Amino acid sequence: MAIKDLLTVTAPAICAVGGTLLLLLDLAIPRGSKSTTAWAAFAVILLALASVPAQWGVSTSGFAGMVAADGYSLFVDGLLAVIAALTVLLTLRYNEARGIMRGEFYPLMLFALSGMMLMGHATNLIIVFIAVELLSIPLYVLCGFARPRVDSEESALKYFLLGAFASGFLVYGIALIYGAAGTVSLTELTAALSGPKPADSALLYAGVALVLVGLGFKVAAAPFHMWTPDVYEGAPTTVTAFMASATKAAGFAAILRIFLFGLAPLMETWQAPIAVLALLSMIVGNVVALAQTNLKRMLAYSSIAHAGYVLTGVAAGGDAGASAVLFYLASYALTSLAAFAVMIALNSGEADENHSLDTYAGLGRRKPLLAFVLAVSMLSLLGIPPTAGFFGKYFLISAAIGSGLTWLAIALVITSVISAGFYLRVIMTMYMRDGKNEAPIAGNWPRAFAALTATVATLGIGILASPIVELINTGIKSIVR
Amino acid sequence: MTMDLQIILPVLFPLVGVLVNSFFGRRLGERGSGVFASLMVALSFGASVLLLRQLSAQPHTEGAHGLASQLFPWIQVGTLSVPFGFQVDQLSILLMLIITGVGLLIHIYATGYMHNDERFPRFFVFLNLFISSMLVLVMGDSFLMMFVGWELVGLCSYLLIGFWFSEIKNSEAGRKAFVVNRIGDVAFVLGILLIFTTFGSLSYTEVFKAVEERGAEVAAAVGTITLLLFIGATGKSAQLPLMVWLPDAMAGPTPVSALIHAATMVTAGIYMMARSHVMFELAPTTQTVVGVVGGLTALVAGVIALTQWDIKKVLAYSTVSQLGFMVAACGVGAYTAAVFHLLTHAFFKALLFLGSGSVIHGIEHNPKTATHATGGHGGGHHQGIDPQDMRNMGGLKSRMKITFITYLIGGLALAGVPPLAGFWSKDEILVSASQSNSLVFWLLAVTAVLTAFYTMRQIRLVFFGEPRSREAWHTIESGPQMTIPLVILAVFSVVGGVVINWPFEAILPAHALSHWLEPVLGKLEVAHFDFGMAGIFSLLAIVAMAAAYFMYKRSYNETVKQEPLEKLGPLYALSSNKFYLDDIYRVLVVIPFHGFATVFAQVIDKNGIDAVVNGIGGAVRNASLVLREIQTGFVRSYGLVMLLGVAVLVAWFVFTR
Repeated sequence: MAIKDLLTVTAPAICAVGGTLLLLLDLAIPRGSKSTTAWAAFAVILLALASVPAQWGVSTSGFAGMVAADGYSLFVDGLLAVIAALTVLLTLRYNEARGIMRGEFYPLMLFALSGMMLMGHATNLIIVFIAVELLSIPLYVLCGFARPRVDSEESALKYFLLGAFASGFLVYGIALIYGAAGTVSLTELTAALSGPKPADSALLYAGVALVLVGLGFKVAAAPFHMWTPDVYEGAPTTVTAFMASATKAAGFAAILRIFLFGLAPLMETWQAPIAVLALLSMIVGNVVALAQTNLKRMLAYSSIAHAGYVLTGVAAGGDAGASAVLFYLASYALTSLAAFAVMIALNSGEADENHSLDTYAGLGRRKPLLAFVLAVSMLSLLGIPPTAGFFGKYFLISAAIGSGLTWLAIALVITSVISAGFYLRVIMTMYMRDGKNEAPIAGNWPRAFAALTATVATLGIGILASPIVELINTGIKSIVR
Repeated sequence: MTMDLQIILPVLFPLVGVLVNSFFGRRLGERGSGVFASLMVALSFGASVLLLRQLSAQPHTEGAHGLASQLFPWIQVGTLSVPFGFQVDQLSILLMLIITGVGLLIHIYATGYMHNDERFPRFFVFLNLFISSMLVLVMGDSFLMMFVGWELVGLCSYLLIGFWFSEIKNSEAGRKAFVVNRIGDVAFVLGILLIFTTFGSLSYTEVFKAVEERGAEVAAAVGTITLLLFIGATGKSAQLPLMVWLPDAMAGPTPVSALIHAATMVTAGIYMMARSHVMFELAPTTQTVVGVVGGLTALVAGVIALTQWDIKKVLAYSTVSQLGFMVAACGVGAYTAAVFHLLTHAFFKALLFLGSGSVIHGIEHNPKTATHATGGHGGGHHQGIDPQDMRNMGGLKSRMKITFITYLIGGLALAGVPPLAGFWSKDEILVSASQSNSLVFWLLAVTAVLTAFYTMRQIRLVFFGEPRSREAWHTIESGPQMTIPLVILAVFSVVGGVVINWPFEAILPAHALSHWLEPVLGKLEVAHFDFGMAGIFSLLAIVAMAAAYFMYKRSYNETVKQEPLEKLGPLYALSSNKFYLDDIYRVLVVIPFHGFATVFAQVIDKNGIDAVVNGIGGAVRNASLVLREIQTGFVRSYGLVMLLGVAVLVAWFVFTR
């Protein structure tokens, strides 16, 4: 193992090593001042983030072709690092108030983050599997972190049981693919599949389907989404925020690399099923969200719907599809993080968490800035110009139409229109209804900074979409195929 | 000052108002925030006037694109290049003046009307945002910018409707407005997408140039595009079958919101069609559809207006009906006439709405019977009589002199009595319709007569005779804050038509508006003034008004209370039940939409699935057992759904390989 190999996974390695060191360091930090651990984790993440521009422009693979460092993986690293850094800022006050300011929280986050980053680097199905486990296991623990709160434990258990189930499918699928094609390397797979069909193609296709199931579970695509509302609702809100934005981005990073680049020769086969999964997710997510009166649960269904939107881009395929997907992931991650930041701000007191929509009534007058953050976030999720969400959807729609999936593009438009029913209801509640909830909200600078950064990014990506798209396109051009 | 800045100033001023009032509104206090918001709109109006002067100084040739400003390249990806651009040309400047001008009056009026409402600053935030959004809609230089404005206007409208419906328990009207508008929006978005896939651009200049160059080659696509865009317009401009939301939205307790919808938002659809007339002209089928839908809407809404008792409902349906006139004008290719009627209608309908506000205010707040001395508007929870019901009015002529005279002027203008504003624009539409589509012409002709009838019915019921309630008896004239805007608007309603588009080659410049719009709309055949037709319709209007006056004088006064139209039997039922449109929608849209979401939530969300799984299990369990097992039951059922998904997916992959 040469240094050159390690350099291909710089950011994930920084996070993993940082997490390990932090575990040791944490022993020396007294119980009352665990925020030091948080800031140390923040520093580690910034270091990982700094490695991205330093490496920008490389396009190599390492560890005998099992991982790659290219513009694509670096973009994903950067995005994930930004999300994680902002999440750490959100946890400070919340974790203390909820009594979960324990040292393990941050190393676990770093391990999960390193797994997520690895998803973008993996050019080998085994590495994908390792990355999935590396990100999942710390998340199972984090979901149950609010012990002894029952819903948190329940959330962790459900996520673990169903996650294990999904991992089983994933690894079985990988095994089938290996059985059929004799390789788990994506580049070799592409080469093998470009020729005549292998004799045991049934095995191969069943394998591909199972890999799709395993990853579809991670990104909460219907019909593998059932866990999402319960787990999101029960987990500590900071963890939910991290899962909703970062896990989804990581899951799609792997899906893109596998399907759009590794399995590109099989596009004819996987396009239709993925399109149907997209349709199903958009319908289920948006329609069920309409009936929710709890904001956290509503956002869980909304995240299912957004998985559907992103899958539309995957089904579109090609570089246009990949570019649209990456753009959408960035905009969705930052937008939903802003929404969760407001939820965290409202629930950082001593009282029990309450995410019912009624508690947001009158927020526009009580806390104009928080209400503004949430309003922008809702508009972006809805896709109203000039927010990031609008362009995200725009690119997805053009990509879908460009590859002949006009019906799916129309479905995207219609389901987005339906989604106005619940996103605008939140805005309406905040600005138009007078609230009874007058519990004071203590200010907190790190949290406010994170919320505003996410909001500014949501608006900024919308107004200055072109440079981001340029960046993504450069990244995709340099991808190791 | 650079040109770019000057062009976007009208949009920027109200935006400053939004920011200032949302963050400092409460500190500014009621007076401060109201004045500031109004001042911003006044500045915006001033900036628009300056732009008008610059525009008049420009060479006036067809195909000139007015003043344009491309702030920065907004999206530059692959083949798509959309600048964040504004343009001010002869068409958009007219709309800008109406939006900011009428908007300013609304703001001033609202400072009086919303007095003592605790949500005062918030209301002005949304009013200002509304003005900005409308301006973006009409000033954008591409369909994408129009879409931006379109969506923002829809959002503001939703918020403003919610503003007053929060007072009323029943928010179904708000939901209806929302759902109906979204239906239109879907079509509008699809239309824009189709424009992009057909022409590879969204900028007006490029798209229209491509349409003209490629002509017949793209005719089929343009047919679909225009139809989709028109469906969008039926939502925003309240045409059949999507007209149901507007009357409810306008009949709420504040005339302010009524007006903001009547004078500004609903014109979006007309503007959009005039703007893309190049495409509509290439699609004869769509043109016919537009014309007939407009004519039908005019007639249906006119018939409904005949039998309403709520003073503002009459005006609301009248607005829908007049919008039908404008849409029909677009349908027969008379875009100038449509814009002309849009302008005159903005004057007299604003006058009538403010006048009705003054009447309601007078009945509600007169010193002898006022139920709440503090001011503030109850609307829904007024304790005495319903202050909007015309059955409780009468005899206000001598009690509210200014309101009466101005209202009468507005009514005559609406009825199309010469030489008031409405006469000229309505006549131009009728002449154009008679030359191109006789069905549309007859629909509009009947409506014109009905308009005169219901207008006089209303004036008679409100102002003439003896008061029919204690409140009406004690009513006194409203203050100058309300009457001054009335007088100003009355002047415009009298001379507006003559000044804007005088049809003769004498005294004033002829066809000023038609010539002004030539660079945008092209050299259209100017509709010649037809003395015969003008005479016949003036006569009919006067006869209809006289009939209404005497019919209601005899059968509806302080002693007899008999609606004469009830004798029409089923026709009356149809009209007073608004053609059962609401009921049809409730069955076809509202209930399914609501039910769908609820049922879906029950089945797809945890409970339903669990019930199904437990059912499959088939074991007879007692309730406590079920409750105890519910947790594991969930995971099991989730797993089952997943497994089903896996089975289907694997089968699909394997069998379609």
